[in-house]
Amino acid sequence: MGGGVTSTQTPTERSAARIETGPGVAVRFEGVVKRFGDVVAVDGVDLEVREGEFFSMLGPSGSGKTTCLRLIAGFEAPTEGRVFLDGRDVTDLAPYERDVNTVFQDYALFPHMTVEENVEYGLKVKKVPKAERHRRVVEALEMVRLADLGDRKPSQLSGGQRQRVALARALVNRPKVLLLDEPLGALDLKLRQAMQIELKQIQQAVGLTFIYVTHDQEEALTMSDRLAVFNHGKVEQVGTPAEVYERPATAFVAGFVGTSNVLEGEVAERIAGSPAPFTIRPEKIHLAELDAPVRPDECTATGHVREVVYIGALTKYIVSLDGGGELVVFQQNLTTSSMEALQVRGRPVRLVWNRGNNRPVERAQGSEGSEDPEEGDA
Amino acid sequence: MSGAGARRAGVGLKLASALVFGFLYFPLLVIVLYAFTTQSSAFTFPPPGFTTRWFSVAFADEDMWRAVRLSLLVAGLSTGVAIVLGGLLAGAVYRARFPGREAVAFIVVLPIALPGIVTGIALRSTLSLAGASFGFWTIVIGHVTFCIVIVYNNVVARLRRLSPNIVEASADLGASGLQTFRYVLLPNLATAILAGAILSFALSFDEIIVTTFTAGQQQTLPIYIFSILFRPRAKPVTNVVALLAIAITFFPIMLAQILTRERAGGTAGR
Repeated sequence: MGGGVTSTQTPTERSAARIETGPGVAVRFEGVVKRFGDVVAVDGVDLEVREGEFFSMLGPSGSGKTTCLRLIAGFEAPTEGRVFLDGRDVTDLAPYERDVNTVFQDYALFPHMTVEENVEYGLKVKKVPKAERHRRVVEALEMVRLADLGDRKPSQLSGGQRQRVALARALVNRPKVLLLDEPLGALDLKLRQAMQIELKQIQQAVGLTFIYVTHDQEEALTMSDRLAVFNHGKVEQVGTPAEVYERPATAFVAGFVGTSNVLEGEVAERIAGSPAPFTIRPEKIHLAELDAPVRPDECTATGHVREVVYIGALTKYIVSLDGGGELVVFQQNLTTSSMEALQVRGRPVRLVWNRGNNRPVERAQGSEGSEDPEEGDA
Repeated sequence: MSGAGARRAGVGLKLASALVFGFLYFPLLVIVLYAFTTQSSAFTFPPPGFTTRWFSVAFADEDMWRAVRLSLLVAGLSTGVAIVLGGLLAGAVYRARFPGREAVAFIVVLPIALPGIVTGIALRSTLSLAGASFGFWTIVIGHVTFCIVIVYNNVVARLRRLSPNIVEASADLGASGLQTFRYVLLPNLATAILAGAILSFALSFDEIIVTTFTAGQQQTLPIYIFSILFRPRAKPVTNVVALLAIAITFFPIMLAQILTRERAGGTAGR
């Protein structure tokens, strides 16, 4: 779980840190459980988000990532466990008593206020003097490049502009942590990609801790310093994008972050010599002729191409293995044209890949056995 | 509105529209006209002459003033109660998730769909059983039943147009519950509450069916008008009082229309 975070600490150091959450940790979850009636939304999460990092919570819908964000913001109270913010236990504090701000998925701008008034709101309710308020509002609007739209109403803005207002409205308060709940979800692809870069630049410029909830694995990989992969209310893995992609800890992570083949049991034994489950990334596999030579440090399997999907830069082949199982293979279209790629359909092929690219994983379903409501006392 | 591509309405449609409007508004015009006629009973068209005599007759009538005062008081109080209860109810139904929420929402709206005569009989039976004496307070209770619906409907409709997250956003930005209500909720709901209040005031002011069952010996303005209709020599007085009722209800309803209209910029970005 959170093992990647504290792996350098000995157990004693870790329990010492529990009592006085040291500097450098912006948010800490300790055994957090959140139930809604019979539904376990968050199922025992331990997590540390470091100061100043861009941290993503990645997972499918219903995996508990948004609930975790709402637990940090204070919109929900955990059923069990504690939430720490900047070393302080904030579990029982109301949202307005916490030094965090949220960028909502639907932006939640105040429709009756102008852009400027929206951004000013947090400072106004905290009774910041008027002159400073004005200076900071102008500064925040300049940062999101909306300086000349201050007197518009939110309804007069485009989706991307509203998104920036929401960002400015949160940033102007200089919170300890900025929470972003799928803020780019409503934007079209081009705008989303542009905003990804801009968000990252803003985060580096202000040096704040960003916690970013998304179900888009590409977004999480490109933007984050570190990310946590959520599934069924649990954290499956925490790590840098490269760690999570290259060394997925569980079959779920392997499948959710990027495309991955998970082999186990009989098929795994035939190919790798052990029934233990492992994953192999589709881009690591070569498509070769049946009689192609195989080196001893390579794994191999034969089968025939069931489906070909031409994706422009890549072609995706789905290969049914002789003797059961299926592998997805990505090949770069270095010289291949779409016609050539599509003609491979139905042909027998040999698949070859470097044995070193096999990653052993835990079965994701293995963790489901512990979803006992009685388990874990705070 | 009339863009280059907009089709012009045909003659038939124009004629039909004119007839409908005539049908709706001509009777009102008749009332205005005959409030000033010199005839005292059998009216002829056109009126043989005009006079403001009936106004002095009507305004000198102490019963009429008593009825106007009672109606204004009932309408004001019913509306006040409706604002508080209807507004709170709208907030509860919109925000909270409790079992039977949909049922509550339905039960609240039901009285306006029920025939007034049913509501009237039901209220009268119940109030009798409770041993209440019919008068001012029973009239108010009767009116509140439908006034709540008007306020509730207006406020709930406005709440549905708001992002459900704005309350959370306000708290997130550091506002206390009171500040959120003052700076975020009230500005967004104020016109809806006011429009609901004005409509419920107008509705209460001219309600006659439910009132007949709950008024006892009291005469609200509609009941007063209805009673003088049968006095043969005071017909123009009826028209004068009706004119007064139109004036009292017409302008508030206009105002309610203006208040609930979408602001021009409000829809631009959608």
